[in-house]
Amino acid sequence: MSNWHDTMMLSNLISKSLTFVVLTVGVTGMALAATGETGSFANVVESVQPKIVKIYGSGGLQGLEAYQSGLLISAEGHILTAWSYVLDAEEYIHAVLDDGSRHEVKLLAHDPRLEIAILKIEATGLPHFQLAEAVELHPGDRVLAFSNLFGIAVGDESASVLHGTVSTITQLTARRGAFQSVYHGPVYVLDAMTNNPGAAGGVLTDRQGRLAGLLGKELRNSLDNTWLNFAIPISALNPSVQDLLAGRNPPRRTDETAKKPANPHTLTALGLVLVPNVLAKTPPYVDRVRPASPAAAAGLRPDDLILFVNERMVSSCKDLIEELSFIDRLDPVQLTVQRGQELVNVELKAP
Amino acid sequence: MTRICVLLMIAFAVGGLIASPHSGRVCADEPPPAVLQAEQARIAAIDRAVRAALAVFEPGGNGGGSGVVISADGYALSNFHVVSPTGAYMQCGMSDGRLYDAVVVGLDPTGDVALIKLLGREDFPAAELGDSDQVRVGDWCFTVGNPFLLATDLQPSVAYGIVSGVHRYQPPAGTMLEYADCLQTDAAINPGNSGGPLFDAQGRLIGINGRGSFEKRGRVNVGVGYAISINQIKKFLGCLHSGRIVDHATLGATVAKDENGRIVVSNILESSDAYRRGLRYGDQLLSFADRPVTTVNGFKNSLGTFPRGWRVPITYRRDGTSHQTYVRLAGVHPREEFLTKFTKPPTMPPEIPPAPKKERGKEAPQPGDDQGQDPDKPRPHLPLPVPRPNPHAPAPLPEHIKPLIEERPGYANYYFNRQQQDRVWKAFSTLGSCQDAKGIWKLAGTVNGGAPWEITLGDEEVAGQFPASRDRIDPRADFDGQLLPARSGGLLPALSIWRRMLILGPQQFGETSYLGTFPLVGHPGVCDVLTGAYNVVEAQFSFDPPTGELLLLEMYPDNNTDPCEVYFGDYKEVGGRKLPHRLTVRFGDAVYGEFVVDRYELGQ
Repeated sequence: MSNWHDTMMLSNLISKSLTFVVLTVGVTGMALAATGETGSFANVVESVQPKIVKIYGSGGLQGLEAYQSGLLISAEGHILTAWSYVLDAEEYIHAVLDDGSRHEVKLLAHDPRLEIAILKIEATGLPHFQLAEAVELHPGDRVLAFSNLFGIAVGDESASVLHGTVSTITQLTARRGAFQSVYHGPVYVLDAMTNNPGAAGGVLTDRQGRLAGLLGKELRNSLDNTWLNFAIPISALNPSVQDLLAGRNPPRRTDETAKKPANPHTLTALGLVLVPNVLAKTPPYVDRVRPASPAAAAGLRPDDLILFVNERMVSSCKDLIEELSFIDRLDPVQLTVQRGQELVNVELKAP
Repeated sequence: MTRICVLLMIAFAVGGLIASPHSGRVCADEPPPAVLQAEQARIAAIDRAVRAALAVFEPGGNGGGSGVVISADGYALSNFHVVSPTGAYMQCGMSDGRLYDAVVVGLDPTGDVALIKLLGREDFPAAELGDSDQVRVGDWCFTVGNPFLLATDLQPSVAYGIVSGVHRYQPPAGTMLEYADCLQTDAAINPGNSGGPLFDAQGRLIGINGRGSFEKRGRVNVGVGYAISINQIKKFLGCLHSGRIVDHATLGATVAKDENGRIVVSNILESSDAYRRGLRYGDQLLSFADRPVTTVNGFKNSLGTFPRGWRVPITYRRDGTSHQTYVRLAGVHPREEFLTKFTKPPTMPPEIPPAPKKERGKEAPQPGDDQGQDPDKPRPHLPLPVPRPNPHAPAPLPEHIKPLIEERPGYANYYFNRQQQDRVWKAFSTLGSCQDAKGIWKLAGTVNGGAPWEITLGDEEVAGQFPASRDRIDPRADFDGQLLPARSGGLLPALSIWRRMLILGPQQFGETSYLGTFPLVGHPGVCDVLTGAYNVVEAQFSFDPPTGELLLLEMYPDNNTDPCEVYFGDYKEVGGRKLPHRLTVRFGDAVYGEFVVDRYELGQ
């Protein structure tokens, strides 16, 4: 009986060893196969390039380039990119894919807190990244950064590829005035030179070409005048991307079942005066705050830009007024405003 | 028991598997053997490559750039913008710690390439030339050079990175330096790296570094550097060896993308060879020099790699029909402008005077690099450069250098042109010499398969009997008015020139020059080309390097006319010399005649 027991233990041990050996050889073999005998990333690069987008839009004035990068996230042509001045005027945005095809672009949605935007082109069957399959990186991991930095690639020329490693993972500092960024969440800090014009919205992958992050915008630490190479982990962006794609938290006016209360909030009652509504879509900037009003009590200030009302995005004065009309006067109103480079949440209560 | 034995055997077998093929322990804190081998291979490749790299200095050690030796007798490559400030004489440091004298050979200002020659050895370590068309984005590569002039001990700096882009186009940025079809890398290219080598992972030379994209941080590397591809340089090498200042090619037409996305001719010079070959406004350009044309940039990339004078195939389409032809590429710059712009290495002052030797600082900004200065950026504390006294006066040349530099308009160094002319003529002379055959020459035979023909060539009389005509010209009068027989482009004057060159040789023929190496339609490889001006025409002689045979004579009455082309073949021994027994004469797009020579009479 003990013989048989020993045999079982031995065979267990052997099968475990075999598994270990197979795994080690397998993993090494896989890594070598992906990079080839010379260690070149050429095959990996080739598999990623078709998913990279060159985006052109507003800008072209001194210091502000009119181009940036993006990635395809669906076969029908949804593109994830950075939210920036390049996307200011929708009618001027166009996208060029890796095959050189040029497409008109619709600005589908954006999240000003994460500084990302979703664009849409008309297409089918496009190669794309699956955001849900994005990988998490660790300090020391080798990375590749794909983008059209300096606008070098035109037409059917492929985006540029840089190599590097993840130096550290940290929160983008929230210290006032240090980094002029609205996003203060986790970032991959890199030693790849991604802090260059046109790189924003580009792609960070691991050495096997698996999606890991979105290249950040050019960011300078005003305290010590250093520029940061960084990317935002996809996991920090994906929930918002899914919300944007699904159109969740749309304006109340689009909900046919929503009922307007008899006594809703109004700007006057709240003590809020917006800038004059002269454009088709005037951004809802605060012009004045009446003293001793709910707005004053909540700490709102002139030049605040109102972004969200009760978690619903408002892009214009008209949207804001409409959204308020769905909220009963007795209920509190949550506002998210952009004050300079910071996001501030306030709550307004009825007097 | 049996079961245990079997299992034990399996265990040993597995253990054997782990132990071989790499005999090393596989444990957690030691890298796998494959990694150690890759590291050794990389170290060996760098070791080999570094030996060929150069630090290029003005005589005395000022200034700075990089270079790389490409042949054991000392020929080396660098950038035009590194070599032009140094003048014709410079000094190069190698990793053996020694400083070598060097002289300029040839220059390509538009493409930013310079060929120089190191002196003193016939066994310089030389780089192996790679094939830049095989390079792929994502391949590892490394730069070697003298960035920030750090190599005070002449040990170059090495920076590793990947190829970020291939077939990149970088337009002339305020100067004339155009980087077409170049390689982009994130291996560090900094001021001082200019002119130095870009190697692939195996240590083969794939590019010459020279530019970068700079922006808010001033002129330090931010991950984007550019190298001229070695395949472009290979096309220019023969021309650079000629000692000339070499111009780039133009098609004589421009292209643009039309509303259907096709690349079409948007403008064409009627005086261009492309027009004579049939290309017209609105034609769709399908391929250029065997590369498909899909974008305007792609066309500029292809075109930008060619020297003036190359003849390349093009395919174009009009009304649904494709046409294929060969086009002679003229120079980008009008000849007069080109000559005056680059008569000799310019004495124009650099934008910032160079720092004196003992205060090592950054290299002066070079033309072609984007310059962006952020006014808020804290400036590094560099010593202020002190201008040299009278920076425009060239330093006197050492005695041993003087014979190796010969100035002449249009040449970087005419000395090497003379050497090449001698080389080519010597190889041709192995077929026999005609220098004693100064009398009347008579050739006779059949043409186009049957009809008889004969030609008489002399100093005072040139005549020929052809199937359709009997013609005579006066060799002492201007040739461009005597292009006979009709529709041949001037066969009689062409053969008169041929006789003159064979008797007199390039030394006495008249104004001769070695042009470089150029392809010959229907012939593999490239040919050495000599050019000679005589009477009022220019003739180009193409020689086959392996055999020395003269394969083609092209006589150009002027720049805007097709030449008379005489192809020489079937060299056979006659009276102690090898002479061609088949002459194929072409003019424009037609073959004028296939002449077979049955009889030679060369008068003394």
